[in-house]
Amino acid sequence: MGLPLVESALQWNSGILNANRDPKNDDVEFQITRLYSRFHSLDKGENGALSREDFQRIPELAINPLGDRIINAFFPEGEDQVNFRGFMRTLAHFRPVEDNEKSKGHDASEPLNSRNNKLLFAFRLYDLDRDDKISRDELLQVLRMMVGVNISDEQLGSIADRTIQEADTNGDMSISFSEFIKVLEKVDVEQKMSIRFLH
Amino acid sequence: HMDLNQQNCTNDAWGAARSAAQVWLSLVVGLIMLPAMFGVSLGITETYMKVLIKTLKWATFRIQKGRRERETLKPSPSNGIIQRDDGSMEKEIGELRRSRPKRPDGGDFTLSDVFYFSRKGLESIVEDEVTQRFSSEELVSWNLLTRTNNNFHYVSLRLTVLWGLGVVIRYCILAPLRITLAAIGISWLVIGTTVVGLLPSSRVKNWLSELVHLMCYRICARGLSATVHYHNKQNRPRKGGICVANHTSPIDVVILANDGCYAMVGQVHGGLMGVIQRSMVKSCPHIWFERSEMKDRHLVTQRLRDHVNDKTKLPILIFPEGTCINNTSVMMFKKGSFEIGGTIYPVAIKYDPQFGDAFWNSAKYNMVSYLLRMMTSWAIVCNVWYLPAMTQMEGEDAVQFANRVKSAIARQGGLVDLSWDGGLKRDKVKNTFKELEQKKYSSMVVGDDSSD
Repeated sequence: MGLPLVESALQWNSGILNANRDPKNDDVEFQITRLYSRFHSLDKGENGALSREDFQRIPELAINPLGDRIINAFFPEGEDQVNFRGFMRTLAHFRPVEDNEKSKGHDASEPLNSRNNKLLFAFRLYDLDRDDKISRDELLQVLRMMVGVNISDEQLGSIADRTIQEADTNGDMSISFSEFIKVLEKVDVEQKMSIRFLH
Repeated sequence: HMDLNQQNCTNDAWGAARSAAQVWLSLVVGLIMLPAMFGVSLGITETYMKVLIKTLKWATFRIQKGRRERETLKPSPSNGIIQRDDGSMEKEIGELRRSRPKRPDGGDFTLSDVFYFSRKGLESIVEDEVTQRFSSEELVSWNLLTRTNNNFHYVSLRLTVLWGLGVVIRYCILAPLRITLAAIGISWLVIGTTVVGLLPSSRVKNWLSELVHLMCYRICARGLSATVHYHNKQNRPRKGGICVANHTSPIDVVILANDGCYAMVGQVHGGLMGVIQRSMVKSCPHIWFERSEMKDRHLVTQRLRDHVNDKTKLPILIFPEGTCINNTSVMMFKKGSFEIGGTIYPVAIKYDPQFGDAFWNSAKYNMVSYLLRMMTSWAIVCNVWYLPAMTQMEGEDAVQFANRVKSAIARQGGLVDLSWDGGLKRDKVKNTFKELEQKKYSSMVVGDDSSD
């Protein structure tokens, strides 16, 4: 049932998830196996990759106001299919940070679930055109997705203006990633953007 | 004389085959069919079940031994694999906004609000309450059927030999036996009901009709090696009532009709199903709808109401979920059945997955392959609880009534009580639910001032 794929995923993931010297290797293997089962059950076309429709079949995700943006986060620029590797890569952003403490930092690159990378994930939910800036227009569009028809254009516009005003420090009327980080420096990102397995 | 010898050989072969078939048939009739028809048990099934349980326990033990490096036994997957905070939107977003000063009207927007939606979204991608209900339940420990061997690896030679033996027994001995019984049961149903249908309406006819139905369903139940434990028989559905139950497979009908007589409700089919339906309705009134009639809700409700109001007719059997669910949860009950009026007799059915998976995954298997899978399982073991009758209370609408009945059934059967619609198996979720979420969030953005 694709177990060789899981083995190779485990080896590959030990780079991404820093699980190499993790004493709880059994747990990680279990988690990856479960996630592969889940990937497989979502993959209705059985072609080893998920499409946007496969995600939209999850009712709880379909009723999430930001469902489409979240689904989009799985697909790299211009692509319509995501394989298990990409699936795990995106999910890795939500690993709890404490899992990293068990393994010494032997990698030069930052792990995907660092505070910075979690914030980057959230930033990209707003940054519709992927130009590393949140413009007023983009902020309005995302706000509209979240509130639906319940708030008027004017009110939404003033909310967007206020938000940009609070965050913008270099006066370019848009929010860069560093400005984004500054605004959210007091928020407990590690706790709120993490998913914990029960075992 | 070579030809003569050959002819003798073939004659002998045919003779032997015929006598074997005769012995087989008489064994089946004598040991299984006749006792089944009269509701008597010879104890063969009990012995089989005892042996089976002992064997499966031993197999479980061997598997656990083989996994000794895993100190903890992984709990059942249907209990969830990730931690889910059941905090409300208000609580979670409130915590995200904790570091900001509170505004007088209580509303606010912060860039961190998206954290709530993204975490909820990703949690549902890893695991959600709904899609898992439309595929078979995963087992904690393997029950020696190939089909359930998803997460279990090769353990030992003895176990594999046992599995192989199981395959031989199930496919070569049990399956033909069960197919024979099912064939007998169905033919008897068609013939018996047609014959009874020739009689004029009278109490004798009703009594005979019930007898014929019961006998056939009993034979069919034996044809599935169904071991059913009925609880609280005093609450059994009565004439003029409506029996509602959770739906897992078409076999539910056989399980329930094994112990009582019901008027079936359903769509008219063609083929063998159609033949059975037409003959059944000759001996006592069942309710079959044409496809076109099903679209007209008023027509459907009226016909059901007419049947229920006639207190001499058998209780109707309805599955309000409208589709088969995998027996780990009860999904939304459609309100149509609860608008008819009359007394509702709820019934909870819970199958034991250790002996065979009863769930019909209609996307994966058609009816015939499903039935073959049933007949090559170890057995179908289930519990049926008859719950006390319920009626609609004052000031309660059909939806609330339906939810009340659903909760009672879920509680009794140990199933998860969900409000999601079973129709989500095939259809997309309605946009109104998303709009509800958006409305909830909007009130957190603009605050409590109702500026109207």
